[in-house]
Amino acid sequence: MAEQRIWGLVAEFENPATLLHAATGLRDAGYKRYEVWSPFPVHGMDGAMGLKRSLVPWIVLGGGLTGMTAALLLQWWTGAVDYPVMIGGKPLFAFEFATPVTFELSVLLSAFGAVFGMIGLNKLPQPFHPLDNVPMFRRVTDDAFFISIEVRDPSFNLLKSRELLESLGGRHVTVVEEGEA
Amino acid sequence: MATHDSQSETIFPPPLVSGNPTFHSITEAVCSVVEAPPSKGWIASFLVSLMGLGILGISVGWLFWEGTGVWGLNQPVSWGLAIVNFVFWVGIGHAGTLISAILFLFRQKWRTSINRFAEAMTIFAVICALVFPTIHVGRVWLLYWALPIPNQMGMWPNFRSPLLWDVFAVSTYFTVSLLFWFTGLIPDLATLRDRAKNKIAYWGYGLAALGWRGANRHWQNYEKAYLILAGLSAPLVLSVHTIVSFDFAVSVIPGWHTTIFPPYFVAGAIFSGFAMVLTLAIPARKIFKLEDFITVRHIENMNKIILTTGMMVGYAYAMEFFIAWYSASEYESFTFVNRAFGPYAWAYWIMVSCNVITPQLFWSKKIRTSMTWSFVLSIFVNIGMWFERFVITMSLHRDYLPSSWDYYTPTLWDFGCLVGSFGLFFTLFLLFLKFLPSIAMAEVKGVLPQADPHWAGYGHAGDHAHEGQHAHAAADKGGHHG
Repeated sequence: MAEQRIWGLVAEFENPATLLHAATGLRDAGYKRYEVWSPFPVHGMDGAMGLKRSLVPWIVLGGGLTGMTAALLLQWWTGAVDYPVMIGGKPLFAFEFATPVTFELSVLLSAFGAVFGMIGLNKLPQPFHPLDNVPMFRRVTDDAFFISIEVRDPSFNLLKSRELLESLGGRHVTVVEEGEA
Repeated sequence: MATHDSQSETIFPPPLVSGNPTFHSITEAVCSVVEAPPSKGWIASFLVSLMGLGILGISVGWLFWEGTGVWGLNQPVSWGLAIVNFVFWVGIGHAGTLISAILFLFRQKWRTSINRFAEAMTIFAVICALVFPTIHVGRVWLLYWALPIPNQMGMWPNFRSPLLWDVFAVSTYFTVSLLFWFTGLIPDLATLRDRAKNKIAYWGYGLAALGWRGANRHWQNYEKAYLILAGLSAPLVLSVHTIVSFDFAVSVIPGWHTTIFPPYFVAGAIFSGFAMVLTLAIPARKIFKLEDFITVRHIENMNKIILTTGMMVGYAYAMEFFIAWYSASEYESFTFVNRAFGPYAWAYWIMVSCNVITPQLFWSKKIRTSMTWSFVLSIFVNIGMWFERFVITMSLHRDYLPSSWDYYTPTLWDFGCLVGSFGLFFTLFLLFLKFLPSIAMAEVKGVLPQADPHWAGYGHAGDHAHEGQHAHAAADKGGHHG
């Protein structure tokens, strides 16, 4: 235990109300590197933690524009430039007939942007996390609510942070070790 | 938030989930289905489905060996059951996306207990659908010609053809549905990982869950991505059946070359898809004891949608006749009179009976809240909608030249592919029910009253409630739109 480095503190909270209250409390106390863990997204938590807007929409926009441009270039270049074939007297390229494929590819790449953007921004896949060392934390995907504070937070102080978590309603406050136990 | 809740309560008096569950009881109810050893009923159904899958394998194998001549195709009926089955299965898929995406965008919270189920249905239905154009091309080893892949001939696919639009539409639809489904599954897979009793389950669910632990910073991106996927899927689902209808409507065949096809196909797809959701959900809620999640209200709501879309389809049938007469084109008029009174009149009247007449029984509250009635009527709709596509495709059998008229009779191998596709569908569906959480746990937990931090039961301890009221109102907004 002595040679293991400390990652931070974790405390369990009884319900979404105490969790939201505690998250607001930590923000007001000036903490930055703390995280709230819950089995489902808790309504209003982003505001309580003072989080900035998610970047996912911008990635989606990038994906959608890429898909649109690629689809138009593909249909124009293959049909009108690389190998023009006259079929049924139709033009070699026209936006009208290019619309369905352009729409589909825009949607496809937007969806890639949404899913892979979300996975990337969340730094997933993440096989190990220091909180995996805490047995009670397993219930986070069932019915338990937690808040963790990292040592890296400038406001972190083992005693004071522990007291703050307890005063905000945190139970079973536990010291989390960094490495794999 | 409080006002918003009381409003939704006045619109929907019954709770979203009955039986007054806790967060933990939801986990238990849903996970126990996955964690328990398979029941005798499941094994028996699975074996029957595998037999169906075997029939598909044999039928397709023989088709590949012998060629499309084993089917009943002729000239002029060069599109037979393959296209009928394709459109039927794509249509089935639409209800899944409608429930998962469109009802999500409209904040219809009742969808949460059926969306996972319906999305799975979408994916498996689209897999079944994709089988048919694939095997219908005859020389399957040349299927890559449909994709813009550089090849030794230096040729590219013809982007002016609606059949190629279809390749893009259906494959995009499949991919996006799969991503949407997987995104929804991530938190629930993490739940199964954390409950795993053996190494295989731990590693299997663990790898699929990507290390999800429910961090709020993750939830923030997750919710945003989910919302955007719903926003993308909603127009996508409308576009897919529109483009499927272009396969017919962009041709110059009487009875096909009409502008009503896109909306008519979309309404029909939703109609048949909801019927299939009912066909699957009514037995499943019984067998897996999920009556508290898939409540009578869910069934009733879906029946109302079936009633509505059924009448839209009925309107389209009537309007097709009207336009055929109004167009003053003798070929158009003949096609429709021939549909209703010609050699395939039997199929036409099966279609009308199952799609327009029997769904009218849902006007009665007693019938639409009865499980037996709902199940039986949903089967009728499935049959009727299959016949709708059959009737449309059979417009081919009497074309412009009476000398080329013919009658199409499907062969054993045609039926083998149809029955086999049900085998494929139910095999996949039963595997899903056994190995994946069939109800979106994280989402259902999120719509429980106690999931709301401002729920009256928590009683806003201390002064925090007063000083925090405004901050929270702002925070709520941030959470929704931010």
